[in-house]
Amino acid sequence: MLFFLRRLAAAIPVLFAVSVFVFGFVRVLPGDPARLVAGADATEQEVASARQALGLDRPIWEQYVRYVGASLKGDLGVSSRTREPVIDVIAARFWPTLWLTLAAMGWATLAGTFIGVWAGTRRGRWQDQMAMLFAIGGLSFPGFWLGLLLINLFSVHLGWLPTGGFDSWLSLLMPSFTLGVGVAAVLARFSRSAYVDVAAEDYVRTARSKGLRERRVIWRHGVRNALIPVVTLTGLEFGTLLGGAIVVETVFAWPGLGRLLVDSIAFRDYPVIQAEILLLSAEFMLINLVIDMLYGVLNPEIRLRS
Amino acid sequence: MTAPTIRSPAGEFWRRLRRRHTALAAGVVVLLIILIAIFAPVLAPYDPAAADYDALLQGPSLAHLAGTDSYGRDILSRIIWGGRISLTVGLVSAFAGGLVGTTLGLLSGWIGGWVDTVLMRLCDVLFAFPGILLAIAVVALLGPGVANVVWAVAVFSVPVFARLVRGTTMSLKQAQYIQAGRTIGVSGAKLMLYHILPGALPVVIVYMSLRIGSAILVGAALSFIGLGAQPPSPEWGAMLADGRSYLGVADHLTLFPGLAIFIVVLSFNVLGDGLRDALSQRLQ
Repeated sequence: MLFFLRRLAAAIPVLFAVSVFVFGFVRVLPGDPARLVAGADATEQEVASARQALGLDRPIWEQYVRYVGASLKGDLGVSSRTREPVIDVIAARFWPTLWLTLAAMGWATLAGTFIGVWAGTRRGRWQDQMAMLFAIGGLSFPGFWLGLLLINLFSVHLGWLPTGGFDSWLSLLMPSFTLGVGVAAVLARFSRSAYVDVAAEDYVRTARSKGLRERRVIWRHGVRNALIPVVTLTGLEFGTLLGGAIVVETVFAWPGLGRLLVDSIAFRDYPVIQAEILLLSAEFMLINLVIDMLYGVLNPEIRLRS
Repeated sequence: MTAPTIRSPAGEFWRRLRRRHTALAAGVVVLLIILIAIFAPVLAPYDPAAADYDALLQGPSLAHLAGTDSYGRDILSRIIWGGRISLTVGLVSAFAGGLVGTTLGLLSGWIGGWVDTVLMRLCDVLFAFPGILLAIAVVALLGPGVANVVWAVAVFSVPVFARLVRGTTMSLKQAQYIQAGRTIGVSGAKLMLYHILPGALPVVIVYMSLRIGSAILVGAALSFIGLGAQPPSPEWGAMLADGRSYLGVADHLTLFPGLAIFIVVLSFNVLGDGLRDALSQRLQ
């Protein structure tokens, strides 16, 4: 229990610093946010009342406290592009991104670990080399290029899949594949080396020498223990996915948070940019916190040592 | 009886690297790419910005080996010139991130105490942002453009190097030769610069080579979504974004720039992997 509380406590100062960063973000921008909100042709008086409405006339620490308080209540300001509350703008885009990242994570985790273990059991043979070639290729493949190649083949030439948007589950296929390739590659490399390490352990040799079938040795004794570090990596890779979604959503015109961020930057919609950066980094931290705790559950040694 | 050969650490490293043929091949490709970028003005068959309205969207031919784009510009020449941008982004940002990160890691590991706590918490904050998101935040702040992309990518490399060097510094600090140096009154700055830094440098160089590939990839991605190099520029990511509108009409517009990114990033990654393996075997 102490372990979990300690992990939770360690996350608080980081979250505080992230919120200060995001708060400061808009304030260091060139230009006056009050003028931005009031509009280009606003009079001095309108700008002043916008400044008052935004609370920008108050001391900086008070602005920060108000900002945190409002954020916690779900008030993230108003989009300067659509004039809608930021929370509504983001909520509408949240689900498509969640489905996209979950689908990508799902297939990438399964395929990545499977390929990694498979290569590990055939260490040094041609299958191992092929798998690792695939992995480093997958790591080096630009996601946006892969997306364009897929659209060209399956949508433009064959006409099997929609080019973009999120109209049916079919439209999830290409984006989630594109997004997952890099993660599958990282997991394949990592689970291969984790498996190779575990396979050299005494208990695996014991399992084999007491006459267990090879398949049981691999899965029950090898993979199960090799998976512990893989779980941690999966959490870290979720950050890669969230980042990758920004690019992949642009390629496939996916109505998610990533494309919203890119559009908001193009329109200089700072309230939305600010909220998105806060949301995405909080999400990333939350996932890592959960993974950290999961790690403690899987491996009592870690829990006890700290 | 022959005496066992004693190799210097560098000699041992080179001996191990030499056996990794794929890594060496990748090293040769990297060298070639760098040379092509340097000699772009001599090698490019056409002016990368020269429009030719009589040769719009032409497929690959003898006159234009990689075809032409929607302005009739020669794609091969643009790719050759674009290599300069991508390599600059990759090399400069990995170097800048490595330099700042190494300095912070050295200070953090050497001084310890509250300096270490503060610096490592700062790294935690940087780690709290997924890499490309941090880069996008920086670009949103500074405005789009290649120079800002370099800074953006450098920023998210800093914590990686800081953590790495801090660990090495902390373990080297306990080494006998450092303790001896302290005893005879060598200053802290001197110990750090002349005795600890050289020990941490091999790891830093290897991770830098691994960072270059991902830096190029992120740089191209930022240009692709319109936050990096702007349209007339022959940056590869920007060229891909331009070719998007011609999918199915002129596929070579997206084929060749994508292939260029892939080959360059792959070469840097394979080389970095080989360097890392050769180094980690030496450390064992």
